[in-house]
Amino acid sequence: MFTFTLRRLLLAIPTLLFISLIIFLLLDFAPGDPTAQLPLTIPPEVKAKIRESLGLGEPIHIRYLLWLKQFAVAEPLHAFDATFGTHFGEGMQRVISWQTRSPVGDIIAQRMPQTLWVVGLSYVLGTLIALPIGVLSAYRQYSWFDQLGTFVSMVGYSVPTFFTGVLLIVIFAVNLGWFPSIYDTTHVVSDWDSFVFQVRQMVMPVAVLALYNAAQISRFMRASMLDNLGQDYVRTARAKGMSEKVVVLVHVLRNSMIPVVTVIALGVPTIFGGAIITEQVFKVNGLGQLLITAIYANDIPMVQTLTFIFAILIVLFNLIADVLYGILDPRIRYD
Amino acid sequence: MTDTAPLKEEAYRPPRSQWWDVWDQFSTHRGALIGTIVFLTIVFAVLIGPYLWTIEPTFIDIRARNQSPSFAHPLGTDQLGRDMLARMMAGGKVSIAVGFTAMLLSLLLGTLIGVLAGYFRRLDGPLMRLTDLFLALPLLPLLLVMVMLFRETLSARFGPETGVFILIVVAIGITSWMQTARIVRGDVLALKEREFVLAARSIGTPSRRMITRHVLPNVLSPVMVSATLGIANAIITESALSFLGLGFPPDFPTWGRLLFDAVDYLQQYPERVLWPGLAISFTVLSVNYMGDGLRDALDPRIRGR
Amino acid sequence: MNFKTALLGAAAGSVMATAGLAERGSDGQVNIIYWQAPSIMTPYLSGGTKDLEAASLVLEPLARYNEKGNMVPYLAESVPTVENGGVSADLMSITWKLKPGLKWSDGTPLTSEDVKFTWEYCTAEGGGCAQSEKFNDVVAVETPDELTVVVRFGVAKPFPYGPFVGAQAPIIQKAQFAECLGPKAPECTDANFAPIGTGPFVVTEFRPNDVIQLKANENYRDPAKPAFANVVFKGGGDAAAAGRAVLETGEFDYAWNLQLAPEVLANMQAAGKGQVVSAFGTLVERIMVNLTDPSAELGDERGTAKHPHPILSDKAVRQALSMAIDRALLVEIGYGDAGRPTCNVLPAPEIYKSTANDACLVQDIEGAKKLLDEAGWTPGPDGVRVKDGKRLSLLFQSSTNAVRQDFQALIKQWWSEIGVETELKNIDASVFFGGDPGSPDTFQKFFADVEMYANNFDGTDPEAYMANWECKQAPRPETQWQGNNMPRYCSEAYDALVAEMAKTGDIGKRAELAKAMNDMLMQDYVIIPLVDRGRVSAHSNTLGGVVLNTWDSELWNAADWYRIK
Repeated sequence: MFTFTLRRLLLAIPTLLFISLIIFLLLDFAPGDPTAQLPLTIPPEVKAKIRESLGLGEPIHIRYLLWLKQFAVAEPLHAFDATFGTHFGEGMQRVISWQTRSPVGDIIAQRMPQTLWVVGLSYVLGTLIALPIGVLSAYRQYSWFDQLGTFVSMVGYSVPTFFTGVLLIVIFAVNLGWFPSIYDTTHVVSDWDSFVFQVRQMVMPVAVLALYNAAQISRFMRASMLDNLGQDYVRTARAKGMSEKVVVLVHVLRNSMIPVVTVIALGVPTIFGGAIITEQVFKVNGLGQLLITAIYANDIPMVQTLTFIFAILIVLFNLIADVLYGILDPRIRYD
Repeated sequence: MTDTAPLKEEAYRPPRSQWWDVWDQFSTHRGALIGTIVFLTIVFAVLIGPYLWTIEPTFIDIRARNQSPSFAHPLGTDQLGRDMLARMMAGGKVSIAVGFTAMLLSLLLGTLIGVLAGYFRRLDGPLMRLTDLFLALPLLPLLLVMVMLFRETLSARFGPETGVFILIVVAIGITSWMQTARIVRGDVLALKEREFVLAARSIGTPSRRMITRHVLPNVLSPVMVSATLGIANAIITESALSFLGLGFPPDFPTWGRLLFDAVDYLQQYPERVLWPGLAISFTVLSVNYMGDGLRDALDPRIRGR
Repeated sequence: MNFKTALLGAAAGSVMATAGLAERGSDGQVNIIYWQAPSIMTPYLSGGTKDLEAASLVLEPLARYNEKGNMVPYLAESVPTVENGGVSADLMSITWKLKPGLKWSDGTPLTSEDVKFTWEYCTAEGGGCAQSEKFNDVVAVETPDELTVVVRFGVAKPFPYGPFVGAQAPIIQKAQFAECLGPKAPECTDANFAPIGTGPFVVTEFRPNDVIQLKANENYRDPAKPAFANVVFKGGGDAAAAGRAVLETGEFDYAWNLQLAPEVLANMQAAGKGQVVSAFGTLVERIMVNLTDPSAELGDERGTAKHPHPILSDKAVRQALSMAIDRALLVEIGYGDAGRPTCNVLPAPEIYKSTANDACLVQDIEGAKKLLDEAGWTPGPDGVRVKDGKRLSLLFQSSTNAVRQDFQALIKQWWSEIGVETELKNIDASVFFGGDPGSPDTFQKFFADVEMYANNFDGTDPEAYMANWECKQAPRPETQWQGNNMPRYCSEAYDALVAEMAKTGDIGKRAELAKAMNDMLMQDYVIIPLVDRGRVSAHSNTLGGVVLNTWDSELWNAADWYRIK
């Protein structure tokens, strides 16, 4: 397993380089223009000058290599400098966003806290709710609990967050006034009151996202449990006199985890991608909002960097999932 | 069922295909039956409805705007006075068609790639890296590129509406197969080492038959879940595409779009959000129950129990 | 009795005194929400409305426009004119006098050097200054003394108020930006995010595309202002959410640009927490008519002057399209109080407003039908009019926006009543308004028959705006599809008017010329104006001093805002 992991990690480097190239070509090819959002009162000649100042006049391979150098060399060096107070990266150009003319890395770092608080927490919560619901719904298939779970999760998944979010705002922020409708990203938790405020402003976005995530994961958990509950080994285990708890929670659960692990591993990187719509609705302004505004503004360095970090996480977590398969089911071998 | 039937009669019966068994099992599944009925009702309403309720979905009656449900407009009217019932029916036709086709396409692609990657070790690496690539591609620019490249060609070849339909279905299909592929592959990796597969392989079953007879039936349940979630996903994604101007013309109603447009009016006219929201939820729920029933019916261990 | 009256009088007097002479920073915090978040604090590097309005809290120009469109001095003593000798008789130079004793927020004095530097900054090679048009034809900026600035132009400038006037061209500090010229501009992140200014507020924290925190400027020239000690300037979300936060939940005090359906806004206002304000500027929602043939078979020559449009070259058709539209209803549905029907592409200021075209204010379906009949377009079997084998069938494109899609649907219906078939298409705004020559869906390429969007001009002078419809402004392959003349209108008479306006200084004559150009475009029906769109914003009931200004930044008088207690 160790050599497998090592080999896969090494193989990830060319894979990621290739992915970054494809993303770059795609973004370059996509229609759009960094000056699209400027008022129409700005004349075309001036827009052409702006484009030139952004480096759009250079040929594409130069721009790609430049980005690669900035991302792979300048940014890590700068991060190193910032942590240890050294000066290796001084004078090196970092990846600069076209919209803000400031280093992309700094903005991403600025967006991390609210993204992790809201999107990350809702994913964890969603998973924690989904697993027991999935197990119980499968174990008591077609009971009222299962029917209710099915109903809630299907409605939760099929009604989009742009609706549920606004609905929650209208009910709880406008009519009841319990929670703020706008997330304060500058809020610092320092004492009990500020913690309560943080919780209040997180309740609605986390609830919306957690419902959505839980709906999906619980369905896969339930289906996979159902598959395994009918297997021969379950009957054997029961016949051997094992307690029902051990049978279900140890044997069946472990064998049912493979699809669930896959889904969760696919979901974790999306935390980093942020939740575009939910962030928009609640004005959380995390990474999702950063990505979507950058896409609309055709801020290619920003989009490229964000998507590439996302790609790294995808490759990494899919690798983790593969390793976990081997642990969950030792018969799976990759060599 | 069968075990209560006298053995004698069984001998006289003509040979039955297993699909009859499947149907028998399916029809005893209460959820599946209700699901099928609801789903067929929706489909019929959407297909036959426009012949009975003949108001044009795009007809604007400006004096009758923002009306609550009434006899003349059973579901009310929208901000331009267009009849909501007519729009719901017209929208449903598109949404269901797009939802189903896109879901089938993504399922097909996902299952194919998942099974190939899981079963053939040599294909695993390249196919899974391809999956990683697709997972990483930013969706919006990808769609913009597809539209830029293909919209005019497809419209020219198939006419504007069919052209856009193909474009949307393909766009949704090829951007949503990855999860199914990863899940199916994970399951196949585990299945491949199970005793019955080893047994089948030891008697020299060729790969094609191994996959169709032994592997596919056993990955059916996650695929079913993907299918139900996929329909909901496709209906909503379609509305996002149309909203971005990548889909159908703006006066062409679809459920997702009706829902989106109604959110601004949530406080004044809540019923306008309710109709498309209910329609999408009911469609997805009914498909889910049909999927449950089908899965049970196809499982020989449950069938005949 | 007398004593009591005197006491009351004194009390009333002191109340008035406190209202007039409030203490700086005594009113706590004001919360502003813009649903588009600012990305940078200098208008020179961005040009987006959101950015320059945010910057206007910090940076100030020599003069601004007030809510009536008149120029008021800000950093300058007075507005120079030919009459007061500030503008030279040959219109080749303008002399500004700075107010004495002005200080930057860091306490250093503002001098004419800073003004000169601002010009150098924006015109530096490789900087991509978004406002460089404001400095067109400036050949030199001279600083005879610390408080005097002389701007010299290379040509006679009848309207010399481009440089250093309005929210687009404020003064930046030389000491802070000296190292940021040209290609180095983006490297000065700290300066770009927290410029030192002369305005009422100072940036304390800037989070790009998210939130800005500001505090009162200690060195602001009026010691009693601003009344607010802090400003929180939040960005993001959408217009509905911003409106809700001000009008319904009361979390914010001011929301910008609430383009929402009138009934949605009215419903929000009914919650009683705030009020909607609107004011009109020069923004006109219009339909552009394509005079060239956009059909794909023409290959590289599609949408160029080589191929006139097969049906829209007929003026009767264009006129009929305009006559069939009920502009009052469009206003009612899309904009309510924030819109009014218009028949001019140049709707304001008052002196430029033509009344020659007002017949279009009344919808005339029958007249339109008659016109088409007379022009030889006869209804075919399906109701669509035909002439010489050409069907009156149009592709109508616009950017994605709820109101525009409603307008498209309505107009399609009216056109169908006069026998015109319409196919609708909406395009994502970032593609539609992007100048990407590689995309077929930009508004410049205009590969459709008619298209709808809104446009306006900065400030009050329409010269550059009216020049948009010169022949040479037509987007075409040779110009990489850049240019503002979307209809590809080309008339020698029009070009001559443009040239004449460029050398006319007298304001009355300029107004006549501008009106003549407007009428020419209107009577040729190459542009179909629909709605004169006002700007709609909202402020809470406790925020006083808001004067909505469409000629400059909306936050132009934030120094005068106060809390109503």
